This record gives sequence, structure tokens and C-alpha cells, in this order.
Amino acid sequence: MSGPGVFRAAVWVVQRDLRLATRRPAQVLQPLAFFAVVTLLFPLGYTPELAKLRAIAPGVLWVAALLASMLALESLFREDADDGTLEQFVVSGQPLTILLLAKTATHWLLTGLPLTLMAPLVGGALGVPFAALGGILSSLVLGTISLSLIGAVGAGLTLASRRGGVLLSLLTLPLAVPVLIFGARATELAIAGDSLTAPLYLLGAVAVLGLTLAPLAAAAAVRIGLE
Amino acid sequence: MNEFFSMGGYALFLWPAYAVTLLAIVVNVYTARRDLDRARTEARRRLASGATGDAPSVAAAASAVGGQP
Amino acid sequence: MDWTWFHKFGSPPHVYRLAGLLTPWFAWPAALLILGALYGGLVLAPPDYQQGDGFRIIYVHAPSAWLAVMIYAVMATAAGVGLIWRMKVAHAVAASCAGVGAWFTVVSLLTGMLWGKPMWGTYWVWDPRLTAQLILLFLYLGFMGLRASIDDVSRADRASAVLALVGVVNLPIIRYSVEWWNSIHQAPSVMKMDRPSMPFDMLAPLLAMLLGFSLYFGAVLLIRLRAEILRRERNASWIREELT
Repeated sequence: MSGPGVFRAAVWVVQRDLRLATRRPAQVLQPLAFFAVVTLLFPLGYTPELAKLRAIAPGVLWVAALLASMLALESLFREDADDGTLEQFVVSGQPLTILLLAKTATHWLLTGLPLTLMAPLVGGALGVPFAALGGILSSLVLGTISLSLIGAVGAGLTLASRRGGVLLSLLTLPLAVPVLIFGARATELAIAGDSLTAPLYLLGAVAVLGLTLAPLAAAAAVRIGLE
Repeated sequence: MNEFFSMGGYALFLWPAYAVTLLAIVVNVYTARRDLDRARTEARRRLASGATGDAPSVAAAASAVGGQP
Repeated sequence: MDWTWFHKFGSPPHVYRLAGLLTPWFAWPAALLILGALYGGLVLAPPDYQQGDGFRIIYVHAPSAWLAVMIYAVMATAAGVGLIWRMKVAHAVAASCAGVGAWFTVVSLLTGMLWGKPMWGTYWVWDPRLTAQLILLFLYLGFMGLRASIDDVSRADRASAVLALVGVVNLPIIRYSVEWWNSIHQAPSVMKMDRPSMPFDMLAPLLAMLLGFSLYFGAVLLIRLRAEILRRERNASWIREELT
């Protein structure tokens, strides 16, 4: 690692991505709008009864979060790959893992975090009690971090392929399933008012595992994908 | 015999399970061998058409030269 | 240490010939073991005191599940070797594994469902082991899908290798989920460190099936591998010697 150079480079990557995002707000907002729309389809299409909605809320929230994250992943590397920026990252001499981690972190700030913050509204529409929100928000923070990290690996792998979209989801979903399961379980427990330490620990474990391994795998994938 | 086939009443579950496994075993062997046959044929075809660019076409060129009156 | 033996495996013609020679040594013992185990399991083994004759599904379910997981391990290892030592043959091995692996994952899920219905009363439960096995299927499909979507063989090899390696985290979950969580799936009764808890006349056909299936996979892999090597060695002159 080249000491202060790495940190400055990472900060630069974050700032650049944030700046680009402000120029194209639609791209950032679309996954969030999708999240809202999908969850709101359930009161409309299934039942308006809050008790019944509350019962399916854990699954609905997490599936919608997963799908919205998938949508957002498309743009993680694709544009930078197209305009040559990603290649510059590779040859820059800075550790690619750190640069990609910086990109993924920004991606989370623009997707996972807003999604988490939307949860109280969306949850309320599904009959989720106010007391459950603390637990649900914690689980979503950890879960969306993992989803961004896992998604980065998939996004890197599909850079080389002709058709990105569906394949990206197909690759990312199997690895994202544990997050879905633990997250939904945590939400379920939070709604019931029980302690959700167990699934929260598991979500934390997945996030840590993802934080250590995913950038490495993503860097390997990006190098292969850019040739 | 009938007792064997009825498998203590579990026949409806047991025999399909065995059948599906047998199917997988047979299909995988069959497709593997077909894959190898096709690859062999492909390779022979490529060699015959002189794709390698060495021995066959060299020999052809040599005989062409040698055949000049 | 002299690593020549290892690097010989990097030579496609060497591997091709070796594969051809070894195939019958896998195929015939496999056939004998499987047929013998079939007889042992269906005829010789006594009915279980709890499950009656229904337990005999184990003789196709357990070996299929074993194959599903073992093949993935082989595939990921070969992919890893190919990635690290840049051996094309290793990538060819990984590619040859995927189809068989996916097939037997499906078989393990189906036979599991057919066993679950009479025993647990339901075809499916979203418990850790079954879910992880399903994820295994998606990993195989993702591996094959990724390879198919990348035109350049070398890039396809390496990208799918990264995917295969990332998916390895799923294997311990499959293996240990029945111990870590209260799973509806029964705890390991054969591959425990201490003595297996099954009577011998039930156990013997199972072990024979497991070995037979493994050898069967070996035979299929060797056949697929030869095809894969031929396809990759587009214009090599050694092929002419081999085919004529």
C-alpha cells in the first residue's frame, strides 16, 4: 500500500462518484422509487388489512430491498468501464481493491442508506409498529452493506459478458440469499417485539466477511472483465 | 414380487426417486460421449481442411511444386 | 521437491491421453459398485424400524447430494488452480464439471422432496440445508451462464473461476447447517468422526453407492475433459496423432 496516496485516491473516488450522482439524480432515485412502488403494491394488490400486511412485511421489505439493490448495481462499474475510468484505476498503481471498495461504499451511500431511511415510511404502510423500527433499521444497514459488496463482485464479473442485466441478478442472488433470510428473520423478530440479536450478529458476520473478501473478488473480476 | 414393488407402501415416492437418478446417470454418460464424438469429428474436419497451416498444406504445396512439368 | 509431475498436468496432450486410459478404470468399477449397491440396498438391507422400506431412498438421495457438493469442490479447486497457476487444462476440468454437478444437485433436491413428503409430511421446507442446496444449484447455473455469456474462452475461464471460488462459502453451510441450526433435515449419521450410527447391512450398500457414484463422476469427467481439451486445442499438431 502506498500510504497517504491510497487514502487520498479513495477519497477522490468517493467525491467523484458523489459529484457524478448529483448530475444524474434520476439514476440515483430510480432504485429508491422502485423500492417504494414494489412495497406499496402489496397493500394495493394483496390486502389493505394491516394485520395481514404486518405478517408479510419482513419478506416484502427485504425482497424489495434486494431487487432495488440489483437495479442499482448495473451502474456501479458499467459506465466507468465504458469511458475508460475503470482501466485508469487498474493501471493507476493504487490498490484496486481499495478503489473498488471506495466505489462500493459510495454506491451504498446512494442506494443502501437512502433505502434504509425509507424503511420507516414503507414499513408504516405495511403495518409495522413504531417500536420495531430500531431493529429493522439496524438489520437494513447491515444487510444493504452486504448487498452492495456482494453486488460489486457480480457487477465486476459481468463486465466481460455481452448481456449484463439478468445475468448479474442470477449471479448475485444466490450469494445474497443468506442476507435475505437473516434480514427477514430480524425484521420478523423486531415486529414481534422479541430480541433480534441472533440474526443481527449473523448479518454483521456476513457484512464483515463481505467487507474483507468482496473487494478482492471484485478487483479480480474487474481485471478479467476489462481485458 | 408385488411386495418388492410396493416397497411397504412407499412405492409412489421411492420408484420415481430411483427413476430420476437413473435418468441423470444415463443422460450424463450419453451427453458426455456425444460431446466427445462431436469434438473428435470437429477436430478431424479442421485438420482435413488444413486449418493447422503446417504439415498438410506444406505437403500439398510441396507436391504442387514437385508436379510442375 | 520435484514438481515435474504437477506441471505435466499442464500439458493438454498428456492429460488427454491419460484421461482416455483411465476412463474404463473408473467406469467399470463404478458400474459394478452401483449395481451391487442397488441390490444390497433394495433387496438385502432390512426395512428400517421407523421408516420401513421408505428409507431406501437414501441409496439414491445421499449419493446424489454428495456428488452435488463434491463436484462443486472439484470444480472450484480446478478453477482455483487454473486461476493461480494459469493452467488451461485446470480450467477445462472446471468447465467439464459444471453440467454433471448441476444435474445431480437437481436429483438430490428431487429425491429429497420425494423422501420428505412421506417422512416429514411436506415436499419442501425452507430450512438451512435445503436452502443451501438450492443455492448450490443457482451457483452451478450462474457458473455455466457466465461462461456462456463471455465470448473469449480465456476470460470466460477466469471470470467463472472467480465466481466458483466466491461460491465456496456455501459448502460449509450445506455441510454444517444441520449442526448449527435446528434443521428438519437429519443430522449426519455416516460422516461423523466417531462410528456411524447405522447398522452394517444398511450402511454397506450406502458406502458402495457413494463410492460407485464418485467413480461414475470420475468417468464422466474424464470423457467431458477430453472433449473440452479437443475443442480448446484448435490447431495443435498433437491432435492429428491422437485421432489417426
